[in-house]
Amino acid sequence: MPVSSIVKLEKLVGKRLRRREDPRLITGTATYVEDVKLPNLHHAVIVRSPHGAANIRSIDISKAQALPGVLAVYIGKDIVGVGTVPCGADLPGLRRPAHHILAQDRVYLVGHPVAVVVATDRYIAADGADLVEVDYDVLQAVTDPEKALAPGAPSVHPEWPDNIAFTFHQNGGDIDAAFAEAEVVVKQRITSQRLVPNAMETRGVVADWKSNDRSLTLHTSTQIPHLARTLLAGMLGIEENRFRLIAPEVGGGFGSKLNVYAEEALMGWISMQLGLPVKWIESRRENFMVTIHGRGHVDYLEIAAKRDGTILGLKLKLIQDLGAYHQLLTPAIPTLSVLMMPGLYNFRNIQAEIIGTFTNCVPTDAYRGAGRPEATHGIERMVDILAAELNMDPAEIRFKNFVRPEQFPFPTATGLNYDSGDYANTFQKALDTIDYQGLRTQQAEARAAGRFMGIGISTYGEICAMGPSVATPAGGWESATVKFEPSGKVTVLTGTSPHGQGQETTFAQLTADELGVPIDDIVVLHGDTSIVQYGIGTFGSRNTAVGGAALFYALQDMKEKVKKFGAAMLKTDEVIFEDGHCLDPKTGASVTVQQIAGAAYRGIVIPKGMDPGLVVTKFWEPPNFTYPFGAHIIVSEVDPETGQIEIKRYVAVDDIGNQLNPLLVDGQLHGGAAQGLGQALWEQGVYDDNGQLVTGEFMDYTMPRARMMPWIESSHTCTPSPVNPLGVKGVGEAGTIGSTPAMVNSVVDALSPLGVRHIDMPMTPEKIWKIVNGSKA
Amino acid sequence: MNRTINVSVNGKRHTHEVEPRLLLIHYLREVIGLTGTHMGCETSLCGACTVEVDGKAVKSCTMFAVQADGTEVLTVEGLAAPDGKLHPIQEAFWNEHALQCGFCTPGMIMVSKQILERNPDPTDAEIREGLDGNLCRCTGYQHIVNAVRTAAKAGV
Repeated sequence: MPVSSIVKLEKLVGKRLRRREDPRLITGTATYVEDVKLPNLHHAVIVRSPHGAANIRSIDISKAQALPGVLAVYIGKDIVGVGTVPCGADLPGLRRPAHHILAQDRVYLVGHPVAVVVATDRYIAADGADLVEVDYDVLQAVTDPEKALAPGAPSVHPEWPDNIAFTFHQNGGDIDAAFAEAEVVVKQRITSQRLVPNAMETRGVVADWKSNDRSLTLHTSTQIPHLARTLLAGMLGIEENRFRLIAPEVGGGFGSKLNVYAEEALMGWISMQLGLPVKWIESRRENFMVTIHGRGHVDYLEIAAKRDGTILGLKLKLIQDLGAYHQLLTPAIPTLSVLMMPGLYNFRNIQAEIIGTFTNCVPTDAYRGAGRPEATHGIERMVDILAAELNMDPAEIRFKNFVRPEQFPFPTATGLNYDSGDYANTFQKALDTIDYQGLRTQQAEARAAGRFMGIGISTYGEICAMGPSVATPAGGWESATVKFEPSGKVTVLTGTSPHGQGQETTFAQLTADELGVPIDDIVVLHGDTSIVQYGIGTFGSRNTAVGGAALFYALQDMKEKVKKFGAAMLKTDEVIFEDGHCLDPKTGASVTVQQIAGAAYRGIVIPKGMDPGLVVTKFWEPPNFTYPFGAHIIVSEVDPETGQIEIKRYVAVDDIGNQLNPLLVDGQLHGGAAQGLGQALWEQGVYDDNGQLVTGEFMDYTMPRARMMPWIESSHTCTPSPVNPLGVKGVGEAGTIGSTPAMVNSVVDALSPLGVRHIDMPMTPEKIWKIVNGSKA
Repeated sequence: MNRTINVSVNGKRHTHEVEPRLLLIHYLREVIGLTGTHMGCETSLCGACTVEVDGKAVKSCTMFAVQADGTEVLTVEGLAAPDGKLHPIQEAFWNEHALQCGFCTPGMIMVSKQILERNPDPTDAEIREGLDGNLCRCTGYQHIVNAVRTAAKAGV
């Protein structure tokens, strides 16, 4: 075949391609867990505690059992032979309460599962649940972590009266010397309130036990299909290879589905008991009550500096509201905050103490950013407070303290090794984009006119691409399989479990470019443990930076394999592979990858030392995290009459390394920023002293809506990561981490003429009105 | 006591006996078998369940199936042409990357249709106001606003 006939395909990596996932999603034909239908499917509804803390005196299930259509009612003592809900985090001296899938004799939080009713129909199951009578002896609850630590507080778990699950200390450098040398020390208590992740799809499970095969199929809305299978198989006593876990279309996660939940094991167990398929779909009210929350910090920070603004050291005492139990990663999340506490700044002295505190609340765990937003909020607020103390411009103090480009790789005081960056360059781009100097002039005029205009800066960094296995509880690698089918079509199996991030598109872009096949010939599959090789899943901005890198290496191996088959077919020693062809440079003869795929399966020409077929699987271990960074600047104005905050401009310059698909990157950043602004301005998981979640529905918990969101002016700088061959860093959490402190810094700046130095989140109109009008009075 | 209802869904007539308490969304999803309409909150606050009843956008999680007796219901499955050609709003959502996990998307598309039917040339502020009853946790809404604007320009 003459060379000239080779058609060059357009390179797709870096293009703003619309997603290949979307046709099913925009037509209503995607299959989420709730859409899974099986013959003879039964429905479960869970009876939950209305009390934050209570002993169960008795449970009467007789009326529920008598209801026509009810098949079974189970309570805690019925559950025999099922393990407790696992926690993968391991800290020295960690106290681990036994987390049974149904309450035994005591409930520890509102929403605690007490009984489960299985019926032929979801309405009948709900009727049955209403008929279960539980007699409680109500106990005193404690929901505020600082109150829980006070002497004489009610004990969440009677065996640990001090409510302390663990303490954790980490020091770096010489903190005492730093504070001794300091010319100025500023202190601030900063909270990061509980947030409710609120994926739009609640959780749900369909369990289907086939007793003759001794096999369980579990459809569940999860971010970690393989890890969930391993852990649930252990809980249920089923062999992993007889347990198929399917994460079908997953309607958002944000960390809340990076977990293993009681209901997943409970539905598996019920299906095994009844020999029937069983479905449970979480209500929104349940989602608020029993799916993990995020954040939940009370931080006491102290920063030491010289008068010229040079930061010397940072102390952190972190009181983590853990909730009543440990979910999968609950105790580990605040340790990520400690890792991230120095932010982008060039100081080497830190001291951190975490007090992990039990409360009668739902467990906290990974929520978008998971520890890094709290840390970033802490350092970015402290830098602003320090600047105010020193009467320095908040931009100037940041420039003075950034890690410089020539310092990379930069070992931090917390033991990380920042991979690459040029923080000052990215920050300068943000300042130029928004015309920072011009804004300060405008602000002076606004202040002279009695208006409250604020300019808030956040220069954030984060830890992404989770992560090297040594730093994770269950392995931090990722896997990919690339298969040529005999027809030359390509199937990619990724061990990640995308649920909105778009890897069916981006991984196909990468595969098309590397193999020189049309993108329409490529299918990317994920989320089914019976189809996909073991994988770790989707969280910690790892899909592309770890899963994409695994795919890249698999594709390189595949190309080598294709070349060997191509050379054998062309009866030559060495071929060049490009644009989907193997070319003999000596003769100009070539064969297409499609021809090679057919031949590899036909098995007639098998190169020496090779086997038939064309399949490659690669497990890739990353050598490090990646460290995206950026600068977000928000201009706001506070209305003193109403306490309303108006966002005038939002400029974000993010450096996430290379981008496979900038359209999808934009989407990640916008969505992240919405969640960060949600924390800064509106969202708050509030428990009263009795343990009631008073912001337990969308009526009370303020989610960002379209009219509340500003227009986000997003742009980028690019310092490719040296950690992976794609040069990517990760973008899933950047917006969430960058936005929150920028918003709070903006409003504090607006109100600084009133002497305001700090405002805790959320900055509701009521809170702002009180600050403005209280200080007037 | 069950009641017989006659409902047209996406142009097809259906007659069923249903419990009076059956929600319209469960009728559509479980009786008719159209699962594109999603239950997001059960309290009409998130809009994932938005469908059209006699041309008006309603939240099907807080309407009983019996209230839809004698009406014409349109769901996201009924938007594309019979030959599969997408509705311009679906096309705009696709082109503008106005969805990520896709769970809120059927409701977003249905409400966007209503926004443009009431006001064919809305400002961005009007689009955002029109989307107020629908929650999206993934996109930050910016691409959804782009999609509605693009669809308006395409003359939906």
